Amino acid sequence: MLKRLRENKSSQGTLLALPTTLWMLALLIIPLLLTLLVSFGKRSPDGDVIYSFSLDNYVRLFGYSTDCDSGQTSCFNPLYVQILWRSLTLAFNTTALVILLAYPLAYFIARADPKRRNTFLFLVLIPLWTNFVIRVYAWMMLLRKEGAINIVAGWVATHIFHVQFQPLELLFTPGAVLVGMVYEFLPFMILPIYTSLEKIETSLYEAAADLGANSIKTFLRVTLPLSMPGVVAGTILVFIPVMGTFIVSDILGGRQVILVGNLIQRQFLDARDPTFGSAASLILMVMTLIVTYFYTRKFGFGEEIVVA
Amino acid sequence: MNPHRRSPFVLTATGLVYFFLYAPILMLVLYSFNASRANVTFEGFIPKFSDRIVMEGSLVKSSPCGPFHWFCELSKNRDVGSAARNTLTVAFVATIVSTIIGTMAALALQRYDFKLKPFSQLSLYIPIVIPEIVMGIGILTLFSQLFGIINNALGLEGASRLSLGLGTVIVSHIAFMVPFVTLVVQARLQGFDKSFEEAAMDLGANEWTTFRRITFPMILPGVLSGALLAFTLSLDDFVITFFTNGPGSTTLPIYVYGLLRRIITPQVNALSTVWITIVFIVVLLLQIIQSREQKQN
Repeated sequence: MLKRLRENKSSQGTLLALPTTLWMLALLIIPLLLTLLVSFGKRSPDGDVIYSFSLDNYVRLFGYSTDCDSGQTSCFNPLYVQILWRSLTLAFNTTALVILLAYPLAYFIARADPKRRNTFLFLVLIPLWTNFVIRVYAWMMLLRKEGAINIVAGWVATHIFHVQFQPLELLFTPGAVLVGMVYEFLPFMILPIYTSLEKIETSLYEAAADLGANSIKTFLRVTLPLSMPGVVAGTILVFIPVMGTFIVSDILGGRQVILVGNLIQRQFLDARDPTFGSAASLILMVMTLIVTYFYTRKFGFGEEIVVA
Repeated sequence: MNPHRRSPFVLTATGLVYFFLYAPILMLVLYSFNASRANVTFEGFIPKFSDRIVMEGSLVKSSPCGPFHWFCELSKNRDVGSAARNTLTVAFVATIVSTIIGTMAALALQRYDFKLKPFSQLSLYIPIVIPEIVMGIGILTLFSQLFGIINNALGLEGASRLSLGLGTVIVSHIAFMVPFVTLVVQARLQGFDKSFEEAAMDLGANEWTTFRRITFPMILPGVLSGALLAFTLSLDDFVITFFTNGPGSTTLPIYVYGLLRRIITPQVNALSTVWITIVFIVVLLLQIIQSREQKQN
């Protein structure tokens, strides 16, 4: 048998890939199918799942309550649609802001003296490797009424503009969640953009200059198109996790900013309705897959994703 | 044209972004030396060393550890100790397993054709393109249904009932780490010059010797960077752990999250400072090793 295995390339490949494939089957594919199954189910009074085939959870998610005959005039409840829309727009805004902030920094590092590049990259890695939860905590401290931002703003207001200063309510606002998300995911954009910028040969810039292009034209016609793989990879690394993250909104948004991640988490822990949570989770997955599909079809799948 | 010439716009933007990245971290570190237990405003450093802790209201006036009071308190905190142990146990075990099976899968996907290949490749891409929470609640559903069935079928009672714990955390961590290991090693294998292996075979080495003496040393840097990536992903993970941990298997991120929802003393800051310092040292060492390797080549 060992001899047959030695000659059969196909079974060698299968055998090598088997542990990983089984692991992914058991802990990814089967859980996803279970989620689908549960999402069609109903919640029993004590929070368990009654398997059935009902679309109630999806109907509820898209705004129509199923107990309409209980005398309500309007059954449409936009709450969950609003949550989905809020998550989607937040993910778009975060990604756009992160690109705007990451690009100049990545450009700076890529064009810096090669001897210093590692130091500048090192400075990007430290915040990236500092724990996610700790980074949210830092913003919680900064944004508080007594936090550093209010202290600085208060000092500027009273000493420079000589006006009365009321501490700003910054925490538990949509803005706080946006800033927190941008902060959390910024390094994930810097690294892939840097990688693709670094690959551009200096001779291309020289050629562009020789042909009479000014620096703006060089940027638009040479640098930007050649760095697109990095931007695409970074977008995938930022957009998808932002869609599903619930800690940032939990800590910085409080009860004011509820995202689809918070909705799902609460169904599994507080509200104890796993069937509704499963439906929301699948809709979240479908939304990210649709956006990623159209985005990568337009710009290609960034291979720089590996480096980050 | 000087390629290192920098426009004032790029310089200003770079400065601001670095400030944005570091200001929150530095402030976090500063507050870990806060004399105020309430930790709402910074009330200065703890000025004096003394045999015992002297408090005045919520202000620490002196402590056996002086300004490092909160670090000493942290070291006495048993919950932090057990959370740190859990975090490291999970990270080490999950990294070893995912590096081994992930490297095997990378070799298979890059070198062989087999029926399962499209399915294997697809299942490795999925965790990258779906939000972590989707995977997290899927795994939670799997374990709760599976454990329910087993516990009922075997009539397990009390402590012998299967429940969420370190085991479920480790198994789930491996599932989200393997795709990253495989991708990194696959990328390394893509640029691989096969002529070395062919030469070894021509000289009479069998497949195992060729793998041991040629292939493995050549892909080792890729395997190591895959393992390192997996290790950091595990240390940092919040979402998957959140849904798969049980009593007694709390990791540091979960522990910190729990604290943020209750009262926050400067101990949390001290913990953050320790974490940041360790990250700083580890990344620095890696950079030094890397630049040495570059010089050698």
